[in-house]
Amino acid sequence: MTQFGNEVRTALMVWRRELIRFTRSPARVITGFVQPILLLFVLGYGLGKLVPGYQQFIFPGAVAMNVITTAIFSGVSIVWDREFGFLREMLVAPVSRSSILAGKVLGGAVVATLQGCLILVLAPVVGVSLGFVAILQFLGGALLMAVSLTAFGVFVASRMKKIDGFQAVMQFLLFPMIFLSGSQFPLQDVPLWLAALNRLDPLTYAVDPLRRILLDPANLAPDLATLSQRSQVQFFGETIPMWSEFVAMALFAALFFGLAVLSFRKAEQ
Amino acid sequence: MAPKSADALRVPVASLQRRAPDVAQPVIVDVRGLGKTFKKGVRAVDGVHLQVRKGEIFAFLGPNGAGKSTTIKMLCTLLRPTDGKASIAGFDIETSPREVRRRIGLVFQERTLDDQLTAEQNLRFHAVLYGVPKREVEERITRVLAVVGLTNRRSDRVSKYSGGMARRLEIARALLHTPDILFLDEPTVGLDPQTRARMWADVRRLRDEQGVTVFMTTHYMDEAEYADRIAIIDHGRIVALDTPARLKAQVGLDKVLLSTADDAKAAAALAKKGMTAEATAKGLVLKVPDGEAAVARIVGAAGTGVRNVSVHKPSLDDVFMHFTGHEIRPEGAQDGAMARAWMASTRGR
Repeated sequence: MTQFGNEVRTALMVWRRELIRFTRSPARVITGFVQPILLLFVLGYGLGKLVPGYQQFIFPGAVAMNVITTAIFSGVSIVWDREFGFLREMLVAPVSRSSILAGKVLGGAVVATLQGCLILVLAPVVGVSLGFVAILQFLGGALLMAVSLTAFGVFVASRMKKIDGFQAVMQFLLFPMIFLSGSQFPLQDVPLWLAALNRLDPLTYAVDPLRRILLDPANLAPDLATLSQRSQVQFFGETIPMWSEFVAMALFAALFFGLAVLSFRKAEQ
Repeated sequence: MAPKSADALRVPVASLQRRAPDVAQPVIVDVRGLGKTFKKGVRAVDGVHLQVRKGEIFAFLGPNGAGKSTTIKMLCTLLRPTDGKASIAGFDIETSPREVRRRIGLVFQERTLDDQLTAEQNLRFHAVLYGVPKREVEERITRVLAVVGLTNRRSDRVSKYSGGMARRLEIARALLHTPDILFLDEPTVGLDPQTRARMWADVRRLRDEQGVTVFMTTHYMDEAEYADRIAIIDHGRIVALDTPARLKAQVGLDKVLLSTADDAKAAAALAKKGMTAEATAKGLVLKVPDGEAAVARIVGAAGTGVRNVSVHKPSLDDVFMHFTGHEIRPEGAQDGAMARAWMASTRGR
């Protein structure tokens, strides 16, 4: 077995472990379900009375949120691995840390995408119709977004020595990022400070393409089409192309994966 | 299973067959002047020298904070030394850490299993991490589980394991990639006496049947007894290094404690036979080279009503005290009596 073969096997094994752990904790799956359901059926129904089409509008946001929180949580779960010792078993092995972290990131991303799919199943309930192509596009987009956010989570975890930091991460990082991402309302025609924060939030470029895929303005009711169109990310009055958002996500993923590897190389023994 | 006392399960230390270092065997662990100074200026390990040969059980004995774990971490390439050199199975710990890691099995103080996975899944994971060829994985898992007696718990989740079972599984896992040497860092911390005894029996069997070299640290005196050779470490330095028997021999003679109806009369009778007895609060104390062999002679010579006799061999506590000038730790100390022979007096009624 070549060293490269070993590295690949290692990444796949770490990936599999993430999936096994996912199936072993139904509680996690259900907890992850609560938030999007509230968004979709409480906020969506309530605001839908005021803003026609809002329940459909928030659907991609609810899906994205489930992917985002699961992905970051999966990444940060490396803190649990450290706390319960298993991280040590992985880090003392004669394999490179990037293989281990790659497996961790890909595993977490697949789990997060699966979580997103659980919400996607509710599309007919809220009156969003999805074509086969849209679903495929969604899978690709969600996976990319999940990879970058899991990598981000792993990086955050590499800087976190104790589980106690987890709540702080959620409060100070995740909630503001979700609110500023425009997942629940368009953040385009807003004061400059808010627009700036929205454009700086990496989640913006994760949520927007998912919405474009799931709510294609071409086949929506006029109200909803306008709402969807108005939420597309603009720079200087121009809507940016979807591929640029994917590129942004990929760069984000590469950046935080690299930082995480460096951080683990330096800090862990 | 009926509860047994810990003593009943223990391998009698006196009956253990220890091996002096066999010079024909290759040196597996070669440590030369290894030292570690932490950033804050703390000198945790201060110029350690030692060689361990293939097939030895080598114990690193010392109190908490003596530098045992720091040394073992450096040898396992988890920590960089600040000075000195060391090699494992011929590979330098600093220049070829990956080669070293491939050749060592590690069991840490803290648990490093994934509780959510089954025993088998934990082992499979390890097999991949250490590049065990796919076609051998199955057979090796079966074998290592058999070695530690967990064959029928193979598909159980580790969360259902007791502390002792988890520790045995960790040993099995450390053996999976057929390491040249097994490093056990305080492997019995937190285990009950029965489990500790069981673990030691396993370790010795591994050495006897499979020729595995074992390098372990402990702060339990009684555990160091199981080793072929002991290095006593204190304040980062090795203060003594030899077989348990020879270390004890350096400390001094056996003591025979004699309690009689009339100590003064007995002492006089012993003196006539050329034996010097020292009167203490507990009775008469005689210092002799071989305590057990001398008992009959002493009792015969004392003449008057002997109530009881006990033989005290120098313990590792005595050895530790001798070399470091302090006790290892009060609660871990044994009572000092290695072998005790109670004799009811026939005449002293």
